[in-house]
Amino acid sequence: MDFHSPRTWADALALKAEHPEAVPIAGGTDVMVELNFNRHRPPALIDISAVPELAQWDRADGHLRVGAGVSYTRLVRELGPRLPGLAMAARTVGSPQIRNRGTVGGNLGSASPAGDAHPPLLAGRASVELASVRGTRLVPVEEFFTGPKRSVLAADELISAFVVRPAPGPEQFCKVGTRNAMVIAVASFAISLDPEHGRVGTGIGSAAPTPRRAAGAEELLEAELSAAGMWERPRPLPDGLLHRFAELVTSAASPIDDVRGSAAYRRHALAIMARRALSWAWADLMRNGNAPCN
Amino acid sequence: MQLRLEVNGVPYETDDVWEGESLLYVLRERLGLWGSKNACEQGECGSCSVLLDGELVCSCLVAAGQAQGRHVVTVEGLGRDGRMSAVQEAFLEAGAVQCGFCTPGLVVATEDLLRHNPAPSDVEIREALAGNLCRCTGYEKVLDAVRAAAGTSR
Repeated sequence: MDFHSPRTWADALALKAEHPEAVPIAGGTDVMVELNFNRHRPPALIDISAVPELAQWDRADGHLRVGAGVSYTRLVRELGPRLPGLAMAARTVGSPQIRNRGTVGGNLGSASPAGDAHPPLLAGRASVELASVRGTRLVPVEEFFTGPKRSVLAADELISAFVVRPAPGPEQFCKVGTRNAMVIAVASFAISLDPEHGRVGTGIGSAAPTPRRAAGAEELLEAELSAAGMWERPRPLPDGLLHRFAELVTSAASPIDDVRGSAAYRRHALAIMARRALSWAWADLMRNGNAPCN
Repeated sequence: MQLRLEVNGVPYETDDVWEGESLLYVLRERLGLWGSKNACEQGECGSCSVLLDGELVCSCLVAAGQAQGRHVVTVEGLGRDGRMSAVQEAFLEAGAVQCGFCTPGLVVATEDLLRHNPAPSDVEIREALAGNLCRCTGYEKVLDAVRAAAGTSR
């Protein structure tokens, strides 16, 4: 097996073009498990953990561009207030050991339906930046996943970053697992509220072949809140609206029975998480007014 | 491949390392440092915890090639001049060991916690050690040990 250690992003892209079958490795939290258990033995590894460009984040045009190699620990510490939903999800990833190594880039690359970063990225309408020697493209997260552990990433491409607006308002993330730490999600849900533009973002995890939005639930909430003038003057949400929102979130999912939980349980959990996440986010809004995070 | 790295302040050089093997395998099978334990090999149990350039990681999830030129501290490197560290002493005093298998990982994780947070609350201790599984003693004595170590190192 070849082991490549590029020190620059240009070198990493050249190596991936030359060895399209090579597997990129950053924190190793997925790749090394495959190797340790002999499940998959790629012909080559490209260690992108020493590429400085990937470990950086910056602000441009009102957006945050976060390098694919920024660890969950750094995400929480350095970007927590700007990306509260993603930071909440990051805190639920594995353990300190895993958060020190694991990256959002790796989460996206593995493209698991249960990836913790995916629901908040969907809710925040983030985009994934994909790069190759041919150039760079920006793909909305919603279009990135094509199936369980499959994405639009081409064989010669690497994930360079994700691009997202700083949270325009309150965000929440909920995850159900068998215990508090070290669990893969049985189901998860993220919400992002944008009071200034009257927009709602959602993301469902671990309850469909890919992470996905609940577009119908977003539209319902946007329409009802606008009609009632509640973005301008937030009042407690009517119970009926909370329930209809939760129903639409559940109907957007298409969960399966598997070792971690049944489809019926996942639907049940999603309805509760949707209601709670919305209630919490709305309570934040009522408490803090519609001041955006930054 | 040839691998050069520093472990507990000592430079090591080892040949014929398979690129896909883990840092844990290198430590145990090539360098004879058996303190870091091999259990789950998937980052679930924390018994292989080491400090890689000062950062707490599961050495089973670090590819050997990724450790090239890096500085590693294992449980063997925590004491000074043949004496145990305050954390190791505290684990011993509190009886926070039974079979001992998870102990090296818990000790390394506790060292890391107290370096960043010298006076952790119980919740912070539980959170910091959430990635270290014990399957026999239970965690109460471990909590006692961490509280005691925090007291002595304050």
